[in-house]
Amino acid sequence: MSEAVVTSTGEVMPDGLKGVVTDFSSDKQSFHTPWGKAMMWIFLLSDTFIFSCFLISYMTVRMSTADPWPNPSEVFALSFGGEPIPLILIAIMTFILITSSGTMALAVNMGYRKDKTKTFWLIVATAVLGASFVGMQAFEWTKLIVDEGVRPWSNPMGAAQFGSSFFMITGFHGMHVTGGVIYLLWVAFRVRAGVYERRGGNYEIVEIAGLYWHFVDLVWVFIFAFFYLW
Amino acid sequence: MASQEGHQEHPLKIYWIMWGALFVLSGFSYWTDFWDDGPLRTGAILLFMMLKAAGIVAIFMHMAWERLALQLAILLPPIFVIVFIAIMAIEGDYTFLTRIEFFGESDFVPQVPHH
Repeated sequence: MSEAVVTSTGEVMPDGLKGVVTDFSSDKQSFHTPWGKAMMWIFLLSDTFIFSCFLISYMTVRMSTADPWPNPSEVFALSFGGEPIPLILIAIMTFILITSSGTMALAVNMGYRKDKTKTFWLIVATAVLGASFVGMQAFEWTKLIVDEGVRPWSNPMGAAQFGSSFFMITGFHGMHVTGGVIYLLWVAFRVRAGVYERRGGNYEIVEIAGLYWHFVDLVWVFIFAFFYLW
Repeated sequence: MASQEGHQEHPLKIYWIMWGALFVLSGFSYWTDFWDDGPLRTGAILLFMMLKAAGIVAIFMHMAWERLALQLAILLPPIFVIVFIAIMAIEGDYTFLTRIEFFGESDFVPQVPHH
């Protein structure tokens, strides 16, 4: 049975669950930043480990298979009537995601300037670019499954592990983008409704949403390098 | 200079430069796809990847202007992933050698993807 404790400075520490929180926090703040931002960073750190696990398992299966690994440059080539251009769709997707990161950075900046209209439209632009990224990914998956016969357990172009790695990694990333689009639209409409304006022009939520969005772009940088280029 | 807690307002110019740099670096990344395989290409892929990642985290995510306590709390733990990579690389290599030893070379005949 825990009891309330009086410290040497004469302070009474509460017992029970409240005491646990008081003891661990000691009523002190470690990160001098809005708590939402610190929590988003910690979430992103945990997400980093999830994507690390995906990419490391991809490395392991690619190293350990005796079958030839399909050449992503050829697999993801796309023909616009003429000769197939290597990796072109992935390159376009990369540029779209970078563009969306830029519009998001500007949205955060406009939020700090308390410019409601520009913040709203820049977030909407980011969400639209994100949605088009997911659309292209859906096209890419369809092409791979229907035309090239890639399955999580086999494919005609090489090692079976190619399919499972591809669907898990890009699928999980695409899910993050989809979630991000929904999150951004929610924030955008709250910006337009004047929710943050009424909080004395406190637009830190926009920066927190921006952190998530930039992280999605960051993960794509690694997927592009390790899965598509390597 | 002391600033208000959590306030990350910076000149717009920084974002335009970073945005442009990301476009150029991504162009370089795509360019490496046309190079011949080798240590030079692998090095270039990693270099452009790290530069892009650093730019996004430092500028777009404002990590460069955060307090050192937050920077260390977030940026140090992922370094341990390198240990995990090393462990799994050893494991992958061992599995590959074992497969070659017991099952022999692959007789898989790859098909060329059609577009």
